[in-house]
Amino acid sequence: MTAAPAKTQSSAPTTKAGKAADYLDQRTGIGVAVKEFARKVFPDHWSFMLGEIALYSFIVLILSGIFLTMFFVPSMGLTTYHGPVATMDGTQMSEAFASTLRLSFEVRGGLLMRQIHHWAALIFVAAMVVHMLRIFFTGAFRKPREINWVVGFLLLVLGLLAGFSGYSLPDDVLSGNGLRITDGVVKSIPIIGSYMSYMIFGGEFPGSDIIPRLFTVHVLIVPALILALVAVHLVLVVVHKHTQYPGGGRTDKNVVGFPLFPVYTAKAGGFFFVVFGVLALMGGTLSINNVWNYGPYDPSPVSAGAQPDWYMLFLEGSLRLMPGQTEYVIGGYTLSLNVLVPAAIIPGLLFVFLALYPFIESWVTKDTQPRSVLDRPRNVPTRTGLGVAFITAFVVLVLAGSNDLIATHFHMSINTITWVFRFAFFIAPVLAFWVTKRICLGLQRKDRELVLHGHEHGRIVRTEAGEYFEVHKPLNEQERWLRVNYEAHAPLALDEQPYHEDGTKNRKYRSAKLRSALSRFFYEDRIEPVTLAELEAAHHHEPHEIADGSDESRQQLS
Amino acid sequence: MSDSNLVSTSSDTEVATSEQFSDPGVPEHKLRLGDTDPKAAKRSERIVIALFGLSILGTIGMMAAYFGLPQDTSIAGVRIQNLTLGLGLGFALLGIGLGAIHWAKSLMSDHEVVEERHSVESSPEARAEAIQKLQDGVADAGVARRGVLKGAAISAVALFPLSFAVPLIGEIGADWNISKFRHTVWRRGVRLATDPTNRPIKASEVTIGSAYHVIPYAEDIDEEVRPGSHAWLDEKAKAIVLMVRMEPNELKEEDDRKDWSYEGIVAYSKVCTHVGCPVALYERQTHHLLCPCHQSTFDMADGAKVVFGPAKRPLPQLPITVDSEGYLVAQSDFTEPVGPSFWERLK
Ligand code: HEM
Ligand code: FES
Repeated sequence: MTAAPAKTQSSAPTTKAGKAADYLDQRTGIGVAVKEFARKVFPDHWSFMLGEIALYSFIVLILSGIFLTMFFVPSMGLTTYHGPVATMDGTQMSEAFASTLRLSFEVRGGLLMRQIHHWAALIFVAAMVVHMLRIFFTGAFRKPREINWVVGFLLLVLGLLAGFSGYSLPDDVLSGNGLRITDGVVKSIPIIGSYMSYMIFGGEFPGSDIIPRLFTVHVLIVPALILALVAVHLVLVVVHKHTQYPGGGRTDKNVVGFPLFPVYTAKAGGFFFVVFGVLALMGGTLSINNVWNYGPYDPSPVSAGAQPDWYMLFLEGSLRLMPGQTEYVIGGYTLSLNVLVPAAIIPGLLFVFLALYPFIESWVTKDTQPRSVLDRPRNVPTRTGLGVAFITAFVVLVLAGSNDLIATHFHMSINTITWVFRFAFFIAPVLAFWVTKRICLGLQRKDRELVLHGHEHGRIVRTEAGEYFEVHKPLNEQERWLRVNYEAHAPLALDEQPYHEDGTKNRKYRSAKLRSALSRFFYEDRIEPVTLAELEAAHHHEPHEIADGSDESRQQLS
Repeated sequence: MSDSNLVSTSSDTEVATSEQFSDPGVPEHKLRLGDTDPKAAKRSERIVIALFGLSILGTIGMMAAYFGLPQDTSIAGVRIQNLTLGLGLGFALLGIGLGAIHWAKSLMSDHEVVEERHSVESSPEARAEAIQKLQDGVADAGVARRGVLKGAAISAVALFPLSFAVPLIGEIGADWNISKFRHTVWRRGVRLATDPTNRPIKASEVTIGSAYHVIPYAEDIDEEVRPGSHAWLDEKAKAIVLMVRMEPNELKEEDDRKDWSYEGIVAYSKVCTHVGCPVALYERQTHHLLCPCHQSTFDMADGAKVVFGPAKRPLPQLPITVDSEGYLVAQSDFTEPVGPSFWERLK
């Protein structure tokens, strides 16, 4: 293998690059790292770029964010506006809002950076979500990658926090109302809610502390945490080596792909510029968050049809769906379940399910092997069904968060739509689970069919005896291997008794029972891959089948 | 790479007995056009060069737009500037990105390479050694023998964060006086004024069917909380009111609130009892007031009770009357806290 010039020259280097490398290596020992990493193998697949999109948009966020910090004033001090935006002339507003106007109108390229920053934020979160779905549906979270799943999950939560804190900074009417909703939600927390509200706002809403506080959260705390976790995330990817899709020659013990240098460096580095370039074009052509149309924050006005950024819509929808009857007064204290359930408990459950999923699945599977070959989603029907059910619940909430737009667009009553979504939130995920699982099982059966009987050829042949049959072309080795090389897990047997032999209660029984019940839920319906014996038996029954798809045999038959 | 490097599930001879398929190995490598045809390779090279050229043009374009366009701060001017700068930057970046990717795809080696994976865990020897080292360390420190020292060390380390946390918690909520939620600047005699122009409203000008966004009249409240001060925003956030007039016989009023309205004019807090948005959309025919945030709907003819949506409680009513000059005035503050519920609201 050719090596980068930086390494392994034991004799004195002669070229300039060689000398520089020698200088560095004598002081850092970098040669070992280069030797280790330069030709590290990465498998290739379009879905592996999703994480890259997230990473690159984060870098774009940092770059454009640094530009914004040069001009943005994180202060709620009041000022009277005199500037190019005629409609705002003489209006009292916070320094934060005034500086956002200045950024947009008077700093050349400022609006571009604001818009790139905002689009990058939307894409950043979206890419993380889709990346996470890829990991989920292909089982890339299995041993040894469970911890990295949790790291990724934390990154998603931090991404939401980053987006929310940034969205609030310009101190316009929309973001101010968002903060007010936050205040209302915080106040609903039992016992400490009012104090939490005071803690966040430094007194009563809106106060004069929240923007500077959010600024520190937004440009220091959250980005620093994200950066640290991204580092952990990537180090773990290198330690584990990337997963790969199933196929010939790909096993849990190897990795098949292209070397980091030069192919992957060029592709990944190039891809960074593509992501940045696309975001720049978006910032240049698609306007977003035109705060001068909303005006500075004022507690009184509000506009119908205003939407938060997409990743907050599910919370909005969840708040909208909950019927108000569920606020209770207990012993004189107010318990606002109408706010707590939709804003904290339901999102909490969804997020806990996400965070814990790898551990749940490994518990009911009792799989202790490291797994680096990905699952085809159809081969794990229950997991795939659960994933689709999760997405469905999320989408129902997002749609509910836009129910006013749906109502005006389709001329329907908002009450009807709300009722439909209330039911849909419970029914649609169950349906989605069931349908997805059936589809997966169907696809698995189809795979079996293909392996056993080959591709349909579309040609009917008549035998000498006068029988008609359709010619099938058997799969080639690679096609077949893809379809037979998976493990169909069986449910775990219940191996504990309720009582010990001496009649005492067996403490492990209940958990073992739950485990085997869950395991049955996961693996009861399963389709085993075709075995060689089955394939041979199938061939035996179909003596007329052509042996392979070569032209020669085709001619014989046609 | 030869297949012998790959760990397949079974070797060929085993197949018949173990009933398993064998791994066919990495699929055969297919040559690209450019691998065999120097002309195709040359063409790819030219495309890559053109893409990098596009990037250079993009940067030049961006510079031209930055220096060339006149500083025009109208919305249209800013839009044009934004568009040209964005296109320039976009092409500058896309040229580099697409160029590099095309280079990698068409001209660099596309032979797949196989690398062994090693299990992540440390070897048993390494583990044993690590545990031994830790034990040696513990023994060296002699923690086991020096119980009091251990206790003292742990206590000291556990306690010192207090000196960071206590001042922080003490100061972060300002005066921590959460009873402020219960009061607004409305008092007996404070005139109802239009929002935002702050003009006191006479009962006679309020026509039937009309709705007013109302704030307390600036002259009637303390100087330090008037519009223009920072405290005003905090007060306004609680004091906003929506006032409507309907035929007095359309109003359903509880007995003890009959004198809270004035000739069919009623005033209710505009802060939603759900999570606090301003409730602003009034439908004159139905007397329904809709909160745009989560669509809680309040019936202004019936005590602002909730008729739909996630809010539970009616909007608090501001008792009003008229003063000697005919201006609408408050009779008192709200009689309950406005806005979203909180734990000790009724205490
Ligand atoms: C970590 C991911 C980040 C996300 C998701 C994010 C998101 C956002 C969003 C949605 C806005 C509102 C933009 C608007 O329309 O005005 C914003 C504003 C802002 N962000 Fe970020 N951001 C991130 C990181 C950063 C970083 C690293 C910095 C600085 C080093 C930064 C600095 C700013 C500043 C100064 C503003 C206010 C400027 C304005 O509103 O015009 N951001 N951010
Ligand atoms: S704040 Fe009014 S309905 Fe939620």
